[in-house]
Amino acid sequence: MSTASDAPVEQPGSFAFTPENLAKAQAHIAKYPPGRQASAVLPLLDLAQRQHDNWLPRAAMDAVADMLAMARIRVYEVATFYSMFNLKPVGRHFFQICTTTPCWLRGSEEVVRACERKLGITIGETTPDGQFSLTEVECLGACVNAPIIQVNDDFYEDLDGAATERLIDALRRGEAPKPGSVKGRQTSAPEGGPQTLTDLSFAEGKP
Amino acid sequence: MPKLTINGIAVEVPVGTTVLQACQQAGVEVAHFCFHERLAIAGNCRMCLVEQEKAPKPIASCAMPVAEGMVIHTDSDKAKKARHGVMEFLLINHPLDCPICDQGGECDLQDQAMAYGFDRGRFLENKRAVKDKDFGPLVATSMTRCIHCTRCVRFLTDVAGVEELGATGRGESMEIGTYIERALTSELSANIIDLCPVGALTSKPYAFSARPWELRKTESVDVLDAVGSNIRIDSRGPQVLRVLPRLNEDVNEEWISDKTRFAVDGLTRRRLDRPYVRRDGKLVEAEWSEAFAFIAGRLKGVPGGRMAAIAGDLVDCEAMLALKELMAALGSANLDCRQDGAALDPGCRAGYLFNTTIAGIGQADACLLIGTNPRREAPILNARLRKRWLQGGFKPAAIGPAVDLTFPVAMLGTGPGALLALVEGKHEWWSTLQTAKNPMLILGQGALTRPDGTAILALARQLAERAGMVRDGWNGFNLLHRAAARVGGLDLGFVPGPGGRGTAGILGGCESGEIEIVYLLGADEIDARRLGQAFVIYQGHHGDAGAHRADVVLPGAAYTEKDATYVNTEGRVQLGRRAVFPPGDAREDWKILRALSDALGCKLPYDSLPQLRKRMLVANQVFAGLDEATPAPWGAFGTAGPIDAAPFVYPIADFYRTDPVSRASPTMAACAAAMGAETRQKTGTHG
Repeated sequence: MSTASDAPVEQPGSFAFTPENLAKAQAHIAKYPPGRQASAVLPLLDLAQRQHDNWLPRAAMDAVADMLAMARIRVYEVATFYSMFNLKPVGRHFFQICTTTPCWLRGSEEVVRACERKLGITIGETTPDGQFSLTEVECLGACVNAPIIQVNDDFYEDLDGAATERLIDALRRGEAPKPGSVKGRQTSAPEGGPQTLTDLSFAEGKP
Repeated sequence: MPKLTINGIAVEVPVGTTVLQACQQAGVEVAHFCFHERLAIAGNCRMCLVEQEKAPKPIASCAMPVAEGMVIHTDSDKAKKARHGVMEFLLINHPLDCPICDQGGECDLQDQAMAYGFDRGRFLENKRAVKDKDFGPLVATSMTRCIHCTRCVRFLTDVAGVEELGATGRGESMEIGTYIERALTSELSANIIDLCPVGALTSKPYAFSARPWELRKTESVDVLDAVGSNIRIDSRGPQVLRVLPRLNEDVNEEWISDKTRFAVDGLTRRRLDRPYVRRDGKLVEAEWSEAFAFIAGRLKGVPGGRMAAIAGDLVDCEAMLALKELMAALGSANLDCRQDGAALDPGCRAGYLFNTTIAGIGQADACLLIGTNPRREAPILNARLRKRWLQGGFKPAAIGPAVDLTFPVAMLGTGPGALLALVEGKHEWWSTLQTAKNPMLILGQGALTRPDGTAILALARQLAERAGMVRDGWNGFNLLHRAAARVGGLDLGFVPGPGGRGTAGILGGCESGEIEIVYLLGADEIDARRLGQAFVIYQGHHGDAGAHRADVVLPGAAYTEKDATYVNTEGRVQLGRRAVFPPGDAREDWKILRALSDALGCKLPYDSLPQLRKRMLVANQVFAGLDEATPAPWGAFGTAGPIDAAPFVYPIADFYRTDPVSRASPTMAACAAAMGAETRQKTGTHG
């Protein structure tokens, strides 16, 4: 792995928050006592990333640093520490595939293969049309519905190769597939509906 | 005070001491990398793990404060196993390149791996490799060797006050760097070379020059600014290879400025290694006897009143005393050690000293800087001011053009107007000064080298008196010198005698022809064009401005080549020691003057350094108190007069080239170029 500083990325010359985001940023800063405004660095970086096509250019980090009166290097440290910040441009649909043990046991390798086959790129790459990016991440915390892909802010769960391909097709068509389990189960309830507490037999014989 | 037991030894230490420091006090060594007593505690190398009884696991002793009744074992099986494990982890990614590493022989990791390490590795996977960074012309990097102790990051952030270095990425991909490729912009940046416990940060100019065991180490003092930083000169054969800081809590703690450290490569360049005599407009090589005969011939019949002497910035006290007495023997009262023409008053010692002392800054709670940029004039002193500011409850203010001192300073004005308003109590900052318990002011050379310098000196004295800066046990009046020779010169009375001329008078006399002979003792900062038709004798070590204009050049010794006395800006008398011999025919300066006096028929009454030093004691008792800053009695100095409203101009424009040694140094030239580029880049890209 290498940090973003190794790879040359075309950086925009400047960055400024939109008026709406600026207001949100001010609200975040206002949550902290005076002189502690640096605490707002994470929400501000997140705002900046959302405003800037899901990646953080250096100008945005500098703008956040200046806004919070922090040394720029301190913001670079934060932004490079958290994997949720993208320091290079990513596709419109940013695929984060979980390959940690539970997902792996439930077939995440097949999900990765399906993505690579369907998109013609490997992990860490972006399609030439700028629509899709693939990354491999550690546990996303939804192991009950493994395997999972996080696409931008949405989780798609209970995937297999075919479901992954259907997901990609739908995104290509410009649809917005419903997040959650692709098998249609309710949140993380058992497959095929409830299997316990289906009747009140446990309560029989009780006063 | 908590009592604890360390390896069976009972110790009592103050509250807030860490276990590691308590161990050191008990005489027990604890291996460590990230801990440094002058930096914030990080606790990230884990090397200092020790066993604490009743604790579930080994504790990081550097980050654990002592508590009553602790029982610590540093040599138990548990502690040893923990250290062993940490060392093995540290070495997983550390390359085994000691034979080609510049840190070899003075490497903490190497030493501790020998002491606590495993004799083979069990890690069979690939080691990680990290791209090297470019930190500018002074610090070479080999980042694969880095063990992420973050000492360099903490030093630059806290001590140097430039937040440019950080740890980016995390886990396996964590790297120390600037993220954006850039040179470090601190005057103290090279101290991170000393701090680095491994070979990740090494000295670029000294790269692959020598191994530490080949070097002869000489304890001396620095003369490139007036702080008098304590240094160790490492030399091999005839050459000074590097300079390192030496611990002195009262002066430089354990830091030195980049100029002090790296200007020494100027000591082998542009040197005057034999006498020269000007014949038919050209300087030609000569023998000592020839040069002396030439001078004697020219001086014959010239009355003392038509001779003059100016001493430069790097000159030692012995040479100044010898020259003063030679001039007296020749009947001349025209001599001055203030070649910049600063209005320093030699009459009252407290009027030209940094009376608070450098360590005394720690007690101050308000500080007014007048016409001085300490970051350039004395970076070590500036670091002390910053240290004081970090402790809180310190109100700094400045009169002069705005500069970045690495801590926020209230700007009261650019010229003497603000000073006048303060003295009259009309300025709003006056109340801060009045309510401060230990107020201090620092008067810089930028305020005194003006035509109204003596009036400003008087005004500053008035302010010090009105604001209660001078009382028993506290003197807040400070003069910040920038030349190592200045205080010594004033202490020896190297100033115009009765009816004599000062620097301005001498130069004016040269132009009008009233002064025929000028003796420049290492004086290079004067305007050589103003020497007119005078016969110029230049004694010094570098072919700089003075030597170019000279009619006779007498090659002297640089500060690394003589046993000599210097007095720093606090009035602290310190000894420099000879590390190498002067090149070629060059000689120690007082010996040249002693030999010349013989040739001129007015032999100076000393044949050895001890005799000369006894003579210095007669001239001024302060030379008896070595390494001490003796408080000077307060008195009157400066002359009130009209004040010019023009803003102050700081004396140093280019920090890296201020004297003949640093001007001859290629490393300093590279620094000046790099920093110039940095400034240009800043104006271009910083919105």
